[in-house]
Amino acid sequence: MTDSTIDPLSLGAAARPDLSLSGVTKAFATATALHEIDVTLPAGKFSVLLGPSGCGKSTLLRLIAGLDHPTAGAIALGPDRIDHLPPKRRNLAMVFQSYALFPHLNVAENILFGLSVRGVPKPERQERLSRVAAMMGLSELLARKPGELSGGQQQRVALARAVISERPVCLMDEPLSNLDAKLRAEMRSEIRALQQRLDLTMVYVTHDQVEAMTMADHIVVMNAGRIEQVATPRDLYAHPATVFVAGFIGTPPMNLLPRTALPDIPAPAAATTIGIRPEEVAQAGTGHPVSARLRGVEYLGADQIVTLDVGGARLVLRQSGQAPPPADSLSLTVPAPALHFFDHAGRRLPSPSDHFPPT
Amino acid sequence: MVRKDWLTALAFLAPALVLLFAFTHYPAIQTVIDSFWSTARGRRPAVFVGLANYERMLADPIFLRAMINNAIYGAITIPVSVALALAMALFVQGRILGRGFLRMAFFTPTVLPLIAVANIWLFFYLPGFGLFEQLRGLAGLSPRNWIGNPDTALYAVTAVTVWAQAGFFMIFYLAALQTIPPSLREAAAIEGCSRWTFFRRVTWPLIMPTTLFISVNATINAFRTVDHIFVMTQGGPNNASMLLLYYIYEQGFRFWDTSYASALTVVMVAILAIVGIGQFFLLDRKVHYR
Repeated sequence: MTDSTIDPLSLGAAARPDLSLSGVTKAFATATALHEIDVTLPAGKFSVLLGPSGCGKSTLLRLIAGLDHPTAGAIALGPDRIDHLPPKRRNLAMVFQSYALFPHLNVAENILFGLSVRGVPKPERQERLSRVAAMMGLSELLARKPGELSGGQQQRVALARAVISERPVCLMDEPLSNLDAKLRAEMRSEIRALQQRLDLTMVYVTHDQVEAMTMADHIVVMNAGRIEQVATPRDLYAHPATVFVAGFIGTPPMNLLPRTALPDIPAPAAATTIGIRPEEVAQAGTGHPVSARLRGVEYLGADQIVTLDVGGARLVLRQSGQAPPPADSLSLTVPAPALHFFDHAGRRLPSPSDHFPPT
Repeated sequence: MVRKDWLTALAFLAPALVLLFAFTHYPAIQTVIDSFWSTARGRRPAVFVGLANYERMLADPIFLRAMINNAIYGAITIPVSVALALAMALFVQGRILGRGFLRMAFFTPTVLPLIAVANIWLFFYLPGFGLFEQLRGLAGLSPRNWIGNPDTALYAVTAVTVWAQAGFFMIFYLAALQTIPPSLREAAAIEGCSRWTFFRRVTWPLIMPTTLFISVNATINAFRTVDHIFVMTQGGPNNASMLLLYYIYEQGFRFWDTSYASALTVVMVAILAIVGIGQFFLLDRKVHYR
């Protein structure tokens, strides 16, 4: 047995294969988890599969890993189809949500598990181990068992096990969901730095939009087994393609008002829903005037979230925490570049916000 | 106040303590004492005889036969039960057709009293008509009296023990196998780990605490389960299936030589203690407890 993985450092980015999925469908006995997924995850990029729980993102990742098999469709790495291959021959590494560390093996044995199974010679194993352990800050912990490590350290061991395989594609299934908030923020930047340093093709599943926005080169937003939008974080935020994406991204998310609540705003005939980001509603300046009644204020320190009633619909306004408490009745202005129009099916229509922010 | 707490605690503990001392500790100590005395008979009271009962053992051919038989019996039942239990657990653990039925089938012998099991096996072994005889007949072999033959009697009762206890041990292995998260298998699959390697390097070490528990239990059973001997062979023919505990029963309750039975009991407990402690110390270093 020899280690057939490709050394990512020996290949230029151009030679690295993209991961492409076409028509991938996964049906279970009672439900269809994925409907004809078509997407390309480019080599050396950080792709995030984002969506609420049950949207099929983890199923998609398991199909890529080969832990499950698609009902229909093709998965290819570069020109080669890999969907018929067993997991070990797909040339990828995976980090599990639960880390999947072997509890009876110490850190070094856990990291080296794959190399020893594949029969990599011992001197090479040791050399790779010391390099990866140093990179991940695990050199002092090699003799410990996973049970003796903190959650963050266990996470690092799981990452090290993926990194040491030197496989060009790395899959991660909600790897940070078991960590506390502070550690999550640290690990986010660590994982991002690691991906860029090793030029990995990363496929990262999460339901946390902060992780997606901060780490991704591009985000694949999924809902109910379908892809809603594939875009860069900036584009996703500025130009949501569907009502679902608009209502999913942002804290608080975009206001989605029925057109009837804002009769004075000039919208295309097909538009049934008008979207406005909470921070783009202003109390002064130029724009469409809107009158609103106050419903409540949530003070968050730096910001405050003001909930308003506009023509019977709910409108959330985000403003500086230093702004004076709003009066019971307000007159607002909505600048034209803040308007997003959606049709009855929830799809985006040409909107004034299309050209903002200018790129 | 402190004194009152103490009395309350004692009052609560008393029922359990009384039972424990009356039926466990006192008889155990009395047995050890009795083993150094002669058996009282009629008007002849017991006298202190020192190690005479133990010396008698060394010259007792039936005792030595029972020791050898018990060693063979243990050397077969312990590893075979453990191996069979693990094989059955691995077999019915995965998603296979009729899993529930198979699990039940494997476990059924455990639910039956060993006396009933022995009676069923008597029919299996019945010369001329039994199940094994029918099979031998089909193969064109001559009939054989499995439990009546000194060469096969011990192995015949050994097979019954394995059949009766392996299903019980399987339950523990099944429970242990369920505690291994499926993600470990998936992580190993991505690394290119074969099923056998995964078993050897992950499953087997992780179920080691269960293996230890089962092997200690099997060891105790090898000395303790003699119910089927009563039904099937009574230790015969010619002591070929004589086991230590059955011999103790014979000495103590058939011949009423209670002192000699006490001395035999002390020997059996000593063997069990040594083997049990040995297993813990030997295996404990290899066991990973979660």
